[in-house]
Amino acid sequence: MSILFLLVPLSLGLVVFAGWGFFWAVSSGQFDDLESPGWDVLQENGRSEPIDEHS
Amino acid sequence: MAAPAGSCFHCGEQLGRTQIFATINEERQPVCCEGCRCVAELIASSGLGDFYRYRDGVTVRPEATLSSPDAWDAYRNDAVARGFIRQTAGGYQATLAVEGLRCAACCWLIDRSLRQLPDVHEVSINAATARAHVEWSGDRTTLVAVLRTIAALGYRPHPLTPASIDLSAQNERRGALKRLAAAAFGMMQVMMFATSIYAAQIAGEVMDPGIVHFFHIVSLLVTTPLLVYVGAPIFLSAWTSIRHRSIGMDVPVSIALLLAYIASVWNTLHADGQAAVYFDSVTMFLFFLTLARFVQMTIRQRTAALSDALARQLPAYAHRSVDGEIEDVPLAELQRDDRLLVKAGEVIPADGILVDSDAHVDESMLTGESLPVAKRAGDQLAAGTLNIDGPLHMMVRTSGNATILSHIVALMQRGQALKPAMMRNADAAAAKFLRVVLGGAALTCIAWWVLDPTRAFTATVAVLVVACPCAFAIAAPSALAAATAHLAHLGVLVTHPDALEALARIDRIVFDKTGTLTRGDVRIERCTAVSNLSSARCLEIAAALELASEHPLSRAFRMVDRPYVATAIQVFAGRGVEGIVDSHRYRIGTPEFVAQLRGASTSATFAEAQTGTLVCLGDEHHELALILLCDTPRENAASAIAQLRRLGIESEILSGDGESPVVATAVYCGVAEFHARQSPEQKLAHVLSLQRADHHVAMVGDGVNDAPVLGAANVSIAMGRGAALAQASAGLVLIGEDLDALPKAIMIARRMGRIARQNLIWAALYNVGSLPLAALGLVPPWLAAVGMSVSSLAVMLNAMRLLPRHVPRQSTRSRAECLPVVTRTGELPRGAALS
Repeated sequence: MSILFLLVPLSLGLVVFAGWGFFWAVSSGQFDDLESPGWDVLQENGRSEPIDEHS
Repeated sequence: MAAPAGSCFHCGEQLGRTQIFATINEERQPVCCEGCRCVAELIASSGLGDFYRYRDGVTVRPEATLSSPDAWDAYRNDAVARGFIRQTAGGYQATLAVEGLRCAACCWLIDRSLRQLPDVHEVSINAATARAHVEWSGDRTTLVAVLRTIAALGYRPHPLTPASIDLSAQNERRGALKRLAAAAFGMMQVMMFATSIYAAQIAGEVMDPGIVHFFHIVSLLVTTPLLVYVGAPIFLSAWTSIRHRSIGMDVPVSIALLLAYIASVWNTLHADGQAAVYFDSVTMFLFFLTLARFVQMTIRQRTAALSDALARQLPAYAHRSVDGEIEDVPLAELQRDDRLLVKAGEVIPADGILVDSDAHVDESMLTGESLPVAKRAGDQLAAGTLNIDGPLHMMVRTSGNATILSHIVALMQRGQALKPAMMRNADAAAAKFLRVVLGGAALTCIAWWVLDPTRAFTATVAVLVVACPCAFAIAAPSALAAATAHLAHLGVLVTHPDALEALARIDRIVFDKTGTLTRGDVRIERCTAVSNLSSARCLEIAAALELASEHPLSRAFRMVDRPYVATAIQVFAGRGVEGIVDSHRYRIGTPEFVAQLRGASTSATFAEAQTGTLVCLGDEHHELALILLCDTPRENAASAIAQLRRLGIESEILSGDGESPVVATAVYCGVAEFHARQSPEQKLAHVLSLQRADHHVAMVGDGVNDAPVLGAANVSIAMGRGAALAQASAGLVLIGEDLDALPKAIMIARRMGRIARQNLIWAALYNVGSLPLAALGLVPPWLAAVGMSVSSLAVMLNAMRLLPRHVPRQSTRSRAECLPVVTRTGELPRGAALS
């Protein structure tokens, strides 16, 4: 069972990484509005200005 | 979504008799007013016609004032604009609160329109908070352009200062979400180790003590940062309440958490892995506490965007009088010694001194004093208070910004201090019970120490956790919050916390007529000149006089050109307006009131006067014109009154209007009892006499003259477009102006009463029942944590039955979410967590 001494710290590392990811997402405002982004896809030619310029 | 037939293509209002069409994609679509035509055509011509396909429900009706360009001119001033713009490396940023934002399609529309401005490179609009964030570079776009673009679409933008209160709500939300996630991750980790140890115990296997010890140490490593990070707000609030020598809900919770943690650390470091360790209980308890706090915070932020509501209570503009000319200026631009005009029913925009000889002011928002305060020339006027009668002139004494901010803070504190009686009682009971819990825990500890020291610790922790009266403390507030949220979905705002309890008990409802049972969209049906003055000229004089009045009938004159400025205006509630135009004294109002000026009794009437309200214009010698104002009854008034009758509530009409229009409305709505020609005093006397006859009376009204009656009724309900004064004295505001919401609101209020009682009884039974069990040592700490959480959860779930079952996609929900103002009720106390 000594593999646990490696796997458990590894899992802790993963948790810290996942937690950091979530914290980053919250801080960058991704959870502030959970409604309107869902509507964006319904728009026929959404926010396409940058694409028009470069294509 | 297309608007239903017979209603305006843009805003969905019922169409009047007037025919206005907007040309959309070469089709003629009926609209209700010029404002809507303008907006609809603008939207279509900008290639944004898709808006009408994606929107939820209908759009806000643009107000006539919004289309006038000069309202935003003041933001041209650099000094003013700088207050709302942040300068960054890439250009400029501004954040606006957008009133009237109702759905994601609104966001899209504003987004697309703003991006058509030159140099705008970032627009983000949040439907949930009704905030727009705009970034632009260069000087081709200005704040004025952004504001005008939004206003032209029919929404009302409010620029926010960077130091606005809104940011703190966002930070609070983000912080709570992070804590919740951290608690969940941490709990899962610790539970993973704990279950493996428990599984071995249950299976009767013996685990390698080295592994068990390793698991304990890892649990310790996970729990310690968690306790510091997630537990910090709980410990802080407990510490604050101890410092204030009161015992809050967080005190026993904190003691239990710390005791369990310290004991676990001690046993981990000193024992050989056999002694009890409670890291799992600690993390689980932390998670449930954080979850409950998160839910509570969400409800609070949704139902009580208080800062917003109060910030908007203050007018964004003041009417500044410069050499007799009135101009609208934003508050930020006000200077010391500016002369301001405050119309009847408006909020006083800044601290200052009264210039006119006398005035009456409602200071209840600041002092709680419900009676109007009489002011004389030279008296102080406080910002945020309401001007009750005639227009007044004042001299500004403090410059805009400082005044407004300090008052918003003062108003917020007052708003938060307001708690409904039901909640105050529950809080007091919970505080008493907490002392019993702490005493009980101490007794348990001593008793077990004497009998069996090994079990003293677990029993004490169990008592502290299981008997925490959290369920009791949230029993009433959760029901109130859920009911408030449901009412918001219906377009009903609860502005006074006791209103819902009173609403459940009413058995009589009194309606004002104009603007309540009728739509209040009064229009000038005809104007007949009866002297040598032309009818067009008469209307212009009438419009100048009515400018100062907030009476619903005065709205009819908004569309008339105003070449004249009226001075020395006096408003006589329920009768009319007097003022000087072009050095002649005129009166407009009821025929009797106008006739008094020339010392005669009244004369002519229209034969067809029963279809509307007759208003007379006269000077000191002659009667000049008869103006017939028409108003249409609200289409659902009759059904609402029938539903109210089924609930056992009788309706009445009390109106200041003449006999015939009142009879017509009463017949249309099916109301048997009505009284016409009522002065505000008579209305008040009537309501008081009903109350003396043991009736619980609800009053529905919308005008300035209704304010005293609204204050006297058991519950008062104001209409969303009514005067600010009426809304301030009302307990409920019908924002949607949908009368059908009224019987629904009463049913919800009655159910809320039942559910709050059930919750209180259940919580009391749980707490009283569990305390002895825990004291006898029959409840292990982890079960105590589960029990406490489950009891709180049961109370919350029961309260959630008050929330709307399914949310209709179309109208009410998004409308309620984006309401300009929300409420002071449903506000759970920030400190006393739902633990």
